[in-house]
Amino acid sequence: MTVTNQSAAPPKPPGPIKWARKNLFNSWFNALLTIVSLVIIYFILRALIQWVLFFADWSPIVEFPLLLMVGQYPREQLWRVGLSVSIFSLLMGVSWGVWKGLIQGFALTLGGFLAVLALMPYPLDFLTIDVRLLLLMNVGLILLGYWFGSARKPRGNYIFITWMIGAGIIVLVLLSGFANSRLIPSVPTTVWGGLMVTLLLAVGGIVFSFPIGVMLAFGRRSNLPVVKGFSTAFIETIRGVPLITILFMFSLILTVFLPTGSRFDRLLRALIGITIFSAAYMAENIRGGLQAIPLGQIEAAKAVGMNSLQINLLIVLPQALRLVIPAIVGQFISLFKDTTLVIILGINELLGIGRSVINSSPEFVQLQLEVYAFIALLFWIISYAMSYSARQLEIAMGVGER
Amino acid sequence: MVARSWNKFLVSTEQLSEVTTEHQAIPFYRDERVLRWAAQIVSAVLLIGLLVWIIVNFIQAADARGMALNFKFLNDPAEFPISDPVLPYDPSRTFGYAFLVGIIKTLLVSAIGIVFATILGTIIGLARMSSNWLISHIALAYIEFHRNIPLLVLLFLWYFPVFAQFPPVEESIHAGPVIINSRGIYSTWPRLGSGGVVWLISIAVGIILAITAWKVLEKRQVDTGKSTYYALISLAIVIIVPTIGWFAAGSSPLYLDVPVLEGFNYSGGLRMTPEFAALLIGLTMYTAAFIAEVVRAGIQAVSKGQTEAARAVGLSFFQVIGLIILPQALRVIIPPLISQYLNLIKNSSLALFIGYQELFSVGKIAINQAGRAVPVFAMVMFTYLFMSLIVSWILNWYNRRIQFIEK
Repeated sequence: MTVTNQSAAPPKPPGPIKWARKNLFNSWFNALLTIVSLVIIYFILRALIQWVLFFADWSPIVEFPLLLMVGQYPREQLWRVGLSVSIFSLLMGVSWGVWKGLIQGFALTLGGFLAVLALMPYPLDFLTIDVRLLLLMNVGLILLGYWFGSARKPRGNYIFITWMIGAGIIVLVLLSGFANSRLIPSVPTTVWGGLMVTLLLAVGGIVFSFPIGVMLAFGRRSNLPVVKGFSTAFIETIRGVPLITILFMFSLILTVFLPTGSRFDRLLRALIGITIFSAAYMAENIRGGLQAIPLGQIEAAKAVGMNSLQINLLIVLPQALRLVIPAIVGQFISLFKDTTLVIILGINELLGIGRSVINSSPEFVQLQLEVYAFIALLFWIISYAMSYSARQLEIAMGVGER
Repeated sequence: MVARSWNKFLVSTEQLSEVTTEHQAIPFYRDERVLRWAAQIVSAVLLIGLLVWIIVNFIQAADARGMALNFKFLNDPAEFPISDPVLPYDPSRTFGYAFLVGIIKTLLVSAIGIVFATILGTIIGLARMSSNWLISHIALAYIEFHRNIPLLVLLFLWYFPVFAQFPPVEESIHAGPVIINSRGIYSTWPRLGSGGVVWLISIAVGIILAITAWKVLEKRQVDTGKSTYYALISLAIVIIVPTIGWFAAGSSPLYLDVPVLEGFNYSGGLRMTPEFAALLIGLTMYTAAFIAEVVRAGIQAVSKGQTEAARAVGLSFFQVIGLIILPQALRVIIPPLISQYLNLIKNSSLALFIGYQELFSVGKIAINQAGRAVPVFAMVMFTYLFMSLIVSWILNWYNRRIQFIEK
């Protein structure tokens, strides 16, 4: 009994001509639009390619690629940045191995970046054969982590704790160093810069704003009038003013608000400003998740005799956080873009260091378009890759399907 | 606790009195009402204590540094120039007035930006939904380009390599009625002449009459079922009445203000500084990308069956859009649109980096100049908050009007 040919084969995908007729030339108006836009695209692309290849002078980028990446971080200490990237790659690989689809986009993006940089056909001064090999080693570390993660399946909690310890080691020990150490001498944050600072501020902002955001979200839903009033006022005030005013306030007034004598590192002040700003938005995201938890869950928890602390921590919060992960990733991407504003505090993050490169010599002042275009491209690639990974994560989590 | 006493109640009703006594015997540290009150008081004490601590520290520090904590300086001369001040301004005017100039300039760029961003965003959002693959992907490229680059980088890209590189006045670029040089973009612009007021009044009268005619005739059409051509009649009124007003005004009510070279500068016409133009273009194009996504999501939220059903009962294409799709889509569009408008207002503070002096820039100069950091900061933040509140209040009011009235 063969049950074949019961269902017809799926229709073949249409050929290119059929596709074009259906999607580009299905009416005289669409045909006109298509032709006009093809002509416009042709001229724009031609001008763009000609500019990029022949007219643009990329010397500021080619001469100072390291400046854009790490700022004025001492060149003989660069191995510390490299080691930080390696730790990050390994952890990323392990997380990918354990959580698979949730992390896959991010891990592949990171690996792709490193691989492209390592195999760049264009000769760059800092891309010596050693550096290229080290970059490839990081790709290997991601894969090694993936193998370890999928073979051994460590518990999620352990990975989370390892991430926290790894991040602490990277920022507090590796990058900052110690004043009286020969191996890792102290590097003041004033010489940190470039993409490194942009990423540190964005990641730090999200991580530190998370607990504050959770507290504010619960505070806004609380039935204690003082707590509720304070949380609401805080969230709405921060959301109602531009980030730049908050950053500037923290650069200027923070020292006045605190006891006389307390001094703050410039980067730390920026981080506090960003954290406070981000916490208000984080709180609203988390509150959205809290509201989505059906009342039945809470009633069921009450029925089995849990008190309200247990209900919130064990029942409501875990489910709510699961719902808001995509929103938090989205918030991270916009925070990543917003970190450009810290140049008001004189911190040389990616855009700030680009400005310093331009102002560093008279011939570079003529090359503003090239420098800013390159920075825009860098931002675009990273932030597009992250939003693409975020979409993969949403698909993997099945948001909107359960 | 409650469950146990309920059991007892079930077991024997005679024990009711005993149950109530047991209720009264709940120790205070487990009584929900007492706990609630305790939590209220503790949280209040903690929060108020924190605030008091900050304020006390702050006053002490301010005293130690001799910082002003009052608003008397508002009446002192500002003593700093503002480029392109919109209102008549010079550095001898008071600081309060300088602040007002800053507010006006923020409002100016935000209002124009909101109008253009809405128009551009709607066009791109519709293009994104075009059945033409190429058009919809051009719109997608535009959206992805703007959404993944920080606004500040976009502003830098517009201003420093483009708008800041305009030629000096002697080598001005003449493009039809527009003259471009490093001092600004000058455009020939119509202005009201001597009879202009009469013409403006006739426009107002025309609009009022047209709306009245629309309402009356529409109602008659609904009541009698006979076509009254209310749209056409209203359109005619709105064209004819101002035309009569134009001729009644006598001499031409409008004249063209043409920019002319006087000495080293152009005067007359409509002038936009390069800073304003760069900020406006950057803000508008950036926000338009976000509005496009809002518009697309709103229109896609109206199910396709609605359109098909409307076409089936014989509504025309424009009737389908105006009567079926838009009223439903707007309900979805308005709330996220509000937050995009608010973002645009807040983002206008980035003007500082490209030299357009608005609210935040004026505040920053004042802080650096006079050391009145705290009061000026309070004023700047309060103004932004107030603007946000007003905008969201107006749009929320509109939103409430168009939402479905559910039970």
